[in-house]
Order: sequence, then structure tokens, then C-alpha cells
Amino acid sequence: MQHVRGLVLACAVMAADTGAAWANDMPVIKVEMKDGVIIPEIIEVPANTRFKLEITNTGTSPVEFESMELKREKALAAGSTSAIVFRTLDPGTYDVFDDFHPEAKAKLVAK
Amino acid sequence: MIGAFVIAFREVIEAGLIIGIVLAATRGIAGRGRWIGLGVVGGLAGACLVALFAEAISDAFEGAGQDILNAAVLGTAVLMLIWHNTWMSRHGRELAGELKAAGDSVRRGETTSAALAFVVGAAILREGAELVLFLYGLVASGTSGPDLQIGALAGVGAGVLMSAVSYFGLAAIPTRYVFSVTSALIIFLAAGLAAQAAQFLTNAGLITVLDRPLWNTANVLSEGSMVGRVLHALVGYTDRPTGLQVIVYLGTILVMVALMQWSSADKRRRTLRTA
Repeated sequence: MQHVRGLVLACAVMAADTGAAWANDMPVIKVEMKDGVIIPEIIEVPANTRFKLEITNTGTSPVEFESMELKREKALAAGSTSAIVFRTLDPGTYDVFDDFHPEAKAKLVAK
Repeated sequence: MIGAFVIAFREVIEAGLIIGIVLAATRGIAGRGRWIGLGVVGGLAGACLVALFAEAISDAFEGAGQDILNAAVLGTAVLMLIWHNTWMSRHGRELAGELKAAGDSVRRGETTSAALAFVVGAAILREGAELVLFLYGLVASGTSGPDLQIGALAGVGAGVLMSAVSYFGLAAIPTRYVFSVTSALIIFLAAGLAAQAAQFLTNAGLITVLDRPLWNTANVLSEGSMVGRVLHALVGYTDRPTGLQVIVYLGTILVMVALMQWSSADKRRRTLRTA
């Protein structure tokens, strides 16, 4: 357990160090999720650079932003906002969906 | 209602299968029920905490908090599974009743039960936070009818049932072979969890090498399909594994097999010496 704790701590310190250097200079792309609708339907993001996807659940039901291709998921309670930070993304189109509202789909386009 | 059922069921598949395997793998160890129960309760409590502090956790470490937490939880679970299998290759035969020296190992079985209790807790914690958000949202929004809530609860119930089916399925295997089967299952389970942990470290930006998918089998078997999700839980199936994930997956299998070989060979040497 001691080793594990040490490892976690080391990772945490590394993340905090590098995190401080990245702060503030990241483009923020906003996405709204509302009871089975993802706005906008085509989410345009910069390719090959760090950016932050800020997701807000403006509906009354919980949502889960998910992309199999991007291997990312984020569950959000009604009324809450959270973000996913992408380190680098190849140019292309990626499918995203709301795992709690399977009919809700959108595309993330990296240019 | 069907939608709510499917969503809830999907979220409990992974934890349900893991609990079933862990229960089968600890058969015959005294006090394992108490430990696994503790793991379930601890995991549920943890899931509620994670759901409650989701935003704070997410925002930690420049948005990598959730990824780092997941990687740490999964990484620890993998270590526990490695420990369990190494222990089991030494004591499994005693537990299976082939040897009559169970007294010592039953006592020491506490440690491996505790290790697997952590694995159960980790599985519930990881999947459960999303389920807690989903279920709480259904109740709290006030806009969902009782049919949605019944659907969601039935989904959780189906997950528990699947846990029971996988346990009794494994329990039906003759005692002599059951630990060989569960040990093999746990090797793939651990490898899959390790590969997931590696992806979380990539997502967090802590590892930046080998992050391209090596192949894509999404059109053969999508990871999002029911079969894909079950295989994902059992053997870590992923339709677009990165180079890092493949290396970590194979590395975990190699390390576990090597440790198990060493452990059982060591045991044989000692038995010969005392005989």
C-alpha cells in the first residue's frame, strides 16, 4: 500500500506541476446537453493542440457525454458543468453521444 | 422504461461480473463473505462520494482529476489481483481440499479476501458513480414517471442477477478445477483493468507515448454493444486499443503467469524439503 500511495502522490505532483504550466492558455469549447439534445450538433475543436471541452447539463435529467473513438466519458447531474481536457487530437470527425439518452448524437470535428 | 433498464443494466455489468468471479475465487476461505460485503458497501459509499464531488474531482489537476483517480483505483485493483493469483497458486490446492493442511491457509486467506474486497469496492466505485448520478437524477428531477424508476431499478436487479449467475456458473465447476478457472479469469480481468488504467493515464496527459490506436475492430464488434461491454468487463476487450494498452495488457499477463509459476514452484520445493 505504501508503494501505491507513493506512486499516486508522484503522479499527482507531476500532474500538478505540468498542470500549472498549461493553465490559462487553453482554448475552451462549450457544449450544452439538454435532456437528449447535444448543442451544437457539430462541435468544432482545434486539432493537434490542447483544449478544454466545457460541458454544461442545462436539462432536468442526468447526462453522460461519451465517445468510444475518443475513449472519453463524463457523467453530469442536472444543472452541473464539467470539463474534459484533450491533450492532442488528430484532425478528423469523431462520433459523440449521450449514454443516458441514446438518441442524442453529435459529431466532434477537429481541424 | 426499456431505455432506463438498459442504461442501468449497462452500468452494473462490469461490477456484477467482477463480483461473481471474486466470490467464486474465494470459495472455501473463511470470512470471505464479510470481506466482500465490506467491499460492496465501501464501493457504494465511495460511488456516492465521487458522484457528490464529481465537479471538484473533475477540476482537480487541470481537468485530469477524474482520470488520475480512475487510474489510481484501477492500478491498485490490478496489484490486488496479482497478489491474489500469486497467493492462490500456492494455496489453491489446499483450499480445494486436496491437501489436509487448510488451517494455516484459512487464516492467511484473510489477506487475499481483503485484497479482493478492494477489487470489488473499486469496481463498484468506478461504475457506480455514474449510476448514482443517473438514478438520483431520475428521482430528483421529478419529471420522470414511476415506469422509468422501475425500469432503472430492474436494470440494477438484472445486474445483481448476472452476478449471481456468473457465481453459480463458476461454482458448478468441480472443486478440483474451479481455482484454475478463476485464476485464468482473473489474469485476463487484471490485464483488462491495467489496460484501462493505462488509457486513463494517457487521457490525463501523464503518458504521451504510444497513444495511437493500433487497430480498429469497431465494425466487427463494437465496444458499446452488449457483447462488447461484457467482453470489455471480462477480458478488457476494446475495439481501438492503443500501443500502450496492448503492451500493458500483455505485460500484465506475463508478470502474473511468471509470479504464479514462481510461487507454485517455490511451494513444491518447500514441500519436498520438509518431506
